[in-house]
Amino acid sequence: MRHFLTRTRGRLRFDWTDWLSYFYLMVGLFTMFAPIVWLVMSSLKTESAISQFPPSFLPYSQKTVQVQGFDKPLPLFLTKTPEGTRQPMAQVRRIGIMATMVDPAAPEQTIKVNINDRTPINALQFAWGNYTDLFKKFDFGRYLWNSVFITVVATLLTLLVNSMAAFALSKYRFRGQKTVFMLIIATLMIPPTIVLVPVFLVINSVGLLNNLWGVILPAIATPTGVFLLRQYMLTIPDELLEAARMDHASEWRIYWRIILPLSAPALAVLAIFSVMWRWNDFLLPLIVLSQSEFFTLQLALNSFQGELNTQWNYLLAMTVITLLPITLVFAFLQKYITTGIAGAGVK
Amino acid sequence: MAHLALSRITKSFDRTTVLHGIDLTVEDGEFVVFVGPSGCGKSTLLRTIAGLESPTSGDITIDNQNVNAVSAANRGCAMVFQSYALYPHMTVYDNMAFGLENMGVAKAAVAQKVNAAAQQLRLNELLQRKPTQLSGGQRQRVAIGRAIVREPKLFLFDEPLSNLDAELRVSMRIELLELHERLQATMIYVTHDQVEAMTMADRIVVMRSGKIEQVGAPLELYNRPANAFVAGFIGSPRMNLVAADVLRSAGGDALLAQLPERTHTVGVRPEHVLIDDAGALPYAVRHVEQMGASSLLHGTIGDGVAFDVVCTGQTTVHAGQQVRLSAPADALHCFDADGARI
Repeated sequence: MRHFLTRTRGRLRFDWTDWLSYFYLMVGLFTMFAPIVWLVMSSLKTESAISQFPPSFLPYSQKTVQVQGFDKPLPLFLTKTPEGTRQPMAQVRRIGIMATMVDPAAPEQTIKVNINDRTPINALQFAWGNYTDLFKKFDFGRYLWNSVFITVVATLLTLLVNSMAAFALSKYRFRGQKTVFMLIIATLMIPPTIVLVPVFLVINSVGLLNNLWGVILPAIATPTGVFLLRQYMLTIPDELLEAARMDHASEWRIYWRIILPLSAPALAVLAIFSVMWRWNDFLLPLIVLSQSEFFTLQLALNSFQGELNTQWNYLLAMTVITLLPITLVFAFLQKYITTGIAGAGVK
Repeated sequence: MAHLALSRITKSFDRTTVLHGIDLTVEDGEFVVFVGPSGCGKSTLLRTIAGLESPTSGDITIDNQNVNAVSAANRGCAMVFQSYALYPHMTVYDNMAFGLENMGVAKAAVAQKVNAAAQQLRLNELLQRKPTQLSGGQRQRVAIGRAIVREPKLFLFDEPLSNLDAELRVSMRIELLELHERLQATMIYVTHDQVEAMTMADRIVVMRSGKIEQVGAPLELYNRPANAFVAGFIGSPRMNLVAADVLRSAGGDALLAQLPERTHTVGVRPEHVLIDDAGALPYAVRHVEQMGASSLLHGTIGDGVAFDVVCTGQTTVHAGQQVRLSAPADALHCFDADGARI
């Protein structure tokens, strides 16, 4: 691994192509990864720290101190005292450009200073509350359940339906087989937004509005899935099917016991895709699910963004949580994606 | 064990006809080998018997029952494929048990039958392995095991030994023959290797371009080939087939005089030709292959027409030498202009 990472084209020193490829990779890493890192850091900032200008990368926020005689903790400033020394003092109140400051050690004595004569004292502070509050403030568990239910059920049904279609299209010879396949592939050319209105009308007329099945059913059959699985199944030798037929296997058993297990790599790829599609899906749930108890995480995220104010700290925290499952899926299954796609394409 | 009858079987794919009216009867317990060059339709014929292809016309009868409309599973045939077609994701045991499970046989009975078959084929140790962990010969035995657990009436083999190396092929050949003896089952075996056909068959069916050229016992085909094609196909090394004109110009007038008028092609097996100083035919030796027990001479007669001779023992003839050949009259096969035996 170390050898792989430090491999260069030049024998001992960097060739110009090495410089170029490292530069290219760094640019890619920065442009793709920086927003994610910024998102995660920001999700750990307090509401006031988020709106701070200039923004800071790490979640700094102003230190506060509990002063005797005051109910709330007071913000700390490094203040220039009339004597000319600088010392940390807490702000009691502020009117215009004048602030009333108090020394936390001597709470009975206050001084007035110009706000330009003091600077806030910041400290690294992770606002984990953004995350924990989510579970208290919102019906987070329900949104999560809705998202998980839709993702899991839709993925299972996608695998089942698409593999059945792919089996028929790859292993049976029937009149119109090519036409059917071309029609399925042709639907790839229609943008999903075009069919959004018809889909809505159909869902409405079968009474599936505000029902999780209204999101699951329209998304089950995907041309990409049929294509991917069909191409893979073409590589399964027909002799296996013939052997199974002579072994008294019904067509269903051939599909279930022979074809499905042998298509496992392609099925894994489609499963990963399907999980990503369903989990990140926004448009279809948005038009089908309008009551908040049916919201998926993506819809709940959207609803955080109010017309007048947005609680950015919660929004960002929830965005991070929403990203997690997909990240995990990718981290653990990415080798199937690459091998599966390579296998499906080459063979 | 079954009696199989094919009558006027034809098979066409789109516009190409691969089988032209095949008539054949296979007796109970017989070991029949279909042999012919690639593309002669022998595999298609086998698949038609198995029910994997349906004939365009004609009737297939197994045990006096027409099975044209019977599915592959219910014909009581078991097939061993050229690629073995083992289910790669199942263990050897599951591969062999799959058919029985599909037939709804009870678990205990399945286990007993599979174990018995594994015993016969020396597969006991391998039952929990996957096919990819087996050698070619072991895979072959699993494929045969999968066929015998179902106790079929008819075994069909589609070039089962062609993926094995030469040594293994010989031992599997013997193993298959012993299996046939033990089971007394009807077996049909497809191969393009005439040596396999000669050594294994009770009866050989020689096919060419979708037609049966000759059916008969191996020695019958060897001794009395029905036409020039069979004569050239059966026997190794190949029979020398020389046009009568060539023979005449090469100095074989005396030979030809004994043969029927219509003779167009004369065939003589290399092993029946004698090197004889009094022989009628001058022969130019090009190469000599010494194999110890016998010697194979490659050379030409007349105007450079290739001609092979096999001598028993180790010959003293060397490359470049000119010798004379003779052949006993009863070793000559005469064929007319259409290639049919006279």
